[in-house]
Amino acid sequence: MEGDIAELGKYIGVGLTAIGMGGAAMGVGNVAGNYLSGALRNPSAAASQTATLFIGMAFAEALGIFSFLIALLLMFAV
Amino acid sequence: MATEAAHDEGSSLVFHPMDQFMVKPLFGDGPVHWYTITNVTFWMAITVLGVLALLVLTTSKRATVPSRGQSMAELSYGFIYKMIEDVTGKDGLKYFPYVMTLFMFIVFSNMLGLLPLSFTTTSHIAVTAVLALLVFGFVTILGFVKHGTHFLGLFWVTAAPLPLRPVLAVIELISYFVRPVSHSIRLAGNMMAGHAVIKVFAGFAAIAAVSPVSVIAITAMYGLEVMVAFIQAYVFTILTCVYLKDALHPAH
Repeated sequence: MEGDIAELGKYIGVGLTAIGMGGAAMGVGNVAGNYLSGALRNPSAAASQTATLFIGMAFAEALGIFSFLIALLLMFAV
Repeated sequence: MATEAAHDEGSSLVFHPMDQFMVKPLFGDGPVHWYTITNVTFWMAITVLGVLALLVLTTSKRATVPSRGQSMAELSYGFIYKMIEDVTGKDGLKYFPYVMTLFMFIVFSNMLGLLPLSFTTTSHIAVTAVLALLVFGFVTILGFVKHGTHFLGLFWVTAAPLPLRPVLAVIELISYFVRPVSHSIRLAGNMMAGHAVIKVFAGFAAIAAVSPVSVIAITAMYGLEVMVAFIQAYVFTILTCVYLKDALHPAH
């Protein structure tokens, strides 16, 4: 019976890691939105900053990926 | 095994969306040894041959008016060259061949993975982890060779007030060692998630009532996946350039 409860908690935990996806979505959206508002104010400087945009997106996304990592760990390692 | 699990649970899906990532021997049904030709090694070989075909065969004629293939090869060369120059500066250009190899390999295996019935080699963490750990090891060794112990200045932020520096050093140290993890899982996770979503929609296509919707959804997701395949290769390469910059200019 205890084993079942542990199993239940594991699956609930895996489901909860999906919340991390929302956080990553807000972060990436924030980066892209701010880039766009900056680019519309000064379009001539926009092209030189696309690399920074993608680096910023990648770093914001990395934290969402860590929630995926925790889901994987819970599913297959714990 | 995954198919059986899906059937046992009484799922409406005909196949399991994760089935496509199973490593199988290409010929026969035997066990997988390190020398077995599997679908992973087969598609990896096709990736390498594709890169060779694009970069060697098309540029061997070197026409003044480039053919379509030569033009593509030159564009990709210029794209990576400019990326390294922008991010790491002139002294990073020495490492151009490595970065170019990484980019071409990843973009080709991502794109080939989008072909129906093919296998996405970059969807496996084992593949991307090797790529990311090679970058991590290379960059760390390069930093110590170039700057010796000054490379540790990367963790000692002199711009911050003195009492704050040990705390920042711990944070910087953690973020440094987490790099290969995020670097590899970003690529594998994006590839795996996109392909699994397409397969989930493909499973719904068997139900007559929703099949038009699911076909449209597959088309839309496929378009998105083509974009993601390129962007993830780009992100992997540009992060390699950023790490290279940290190794070449560690001063904060």
